Amino acid sequence: MADEAPFQLLHSEVIQYIYKSAEGETESGRNVTKLENIGFRVGQGLIERLTKDTARFKDELDIMKFICKDFWTCVFKKQIDNLRTNHQGIYVLQDNKFGLLSHLSVGKQYLEHAPKYLAFTCGLVRGALSNLGVKSIVTSEVSVMPSYSKKQTAEFIKLHRDSGDTNQN
Amino acid sequence: MNTNMAVCIAVIAKENYPLYIRSVPTQNELKFHYTVHTSLDVVEEKISAVGKALGDQRELYLGLLYPTEDYKMFRKLHNSFTDVMCNPFHNPGDTIQSKAFDGIVSGMMVQTA
Repeated sequence: MADEAPFQLLHSEVIQYIYKSAEGETESGRNVTKLENIGFRVGQGLIERLTKDTARFKDELDIMKFICKDFWTCVFKKQIDNLRTNHQGIYVLQDNKFGLLSHLSVGKQYLEHAPKYLAFTCGLVRGALSNLGVKSIVTSEVSVMPSYSKKQTAEFIKLHRDSGDTNQN
Repeated sequence: MNTNMAVCIAVIAKENYPLYIRSVPTQNELKFHYTVHTSLDVVEEKISAVGKALGDQRELYLGLLYPTEDYKMFRKLHNSFTDVMCNPFHNPGDTIQSKAFDGIVSGMMVQTA
C-alpha cells in the first residue's frame, strides 16, 4: 500500500540513525529506550488529535478498544486482531501481521533484532494511554507462528496498568 | 459576531495545575482564579457521576455553569489545545506559551480598552 511505505521507511531510518550515532558505545538498551521515548511523544500528540471529537471513555476497557480499533487503524491501517485481558490491568494486544516487521524475513534469525522494531510502537501506545490518563508499562513479544501453510509473525503487546498509587507525589 | 465573551480562560493539566490561565484585568482577578479552582471540584463530581456514558459529544464539555452557546467557544479552545500538543517543541506538562493559542484566547475574551 502506497501510504504505509513512507512511515515504514522512515521508521527503519530512525532506527538505523539511532544505532549508527551510538556506534562505539556498548549496546546497553539505551537505543531501545530512545526509540520508545520518541514513540511516547508521538503517541501523546496523536491521541489528542484522534480523540478531539470522540465521546468521553466509559472505562479502561473502552480506552483499550479504542486503541485496538481507531488508533491502530490510524497508524497501521488495520485493527488489532485479538485483544485479551485478565480484567485486572493486563491486556494483550495481538497483531498477526505487524506492518513494521513485514519487511524482515520470516524466520528465527532476525528475532533478536525485533525489539528494535517494536520499541517505537510500545512508546506510541504508552504515550497515547498517558494522555488519556492511564499510566502503563508496555512490553512486546514477537513469535513466529508455524500454523497454516505460511509462517506468520505475531506481535503481542502486554500492558500492565501501573498501580503505583502508594507513592503520592 | 459572538455575543458571549469570556472574562477568564484556563487550561488545567490532569495533575490539577494550570497549563495556561488568563483573565481580563480587573480588580477581582483573584476571584476568577478561585472560581477556576472550585470549578475543578464540580468537574470531578460530574466525571464520577458519569456511569452511563451518553456517548454524546457534549460529554467532553460537561456544560458546567452556562450550557449551550459556550460550547462553540470550548470547541475552538480544544482544537487550539490539540494543536499545541502536536507542536514538537512543546513538552506536555509545560505551561502553554504558544502565540497562536494566545490569539485564539484573545478572540474569546472580553475586550478591554
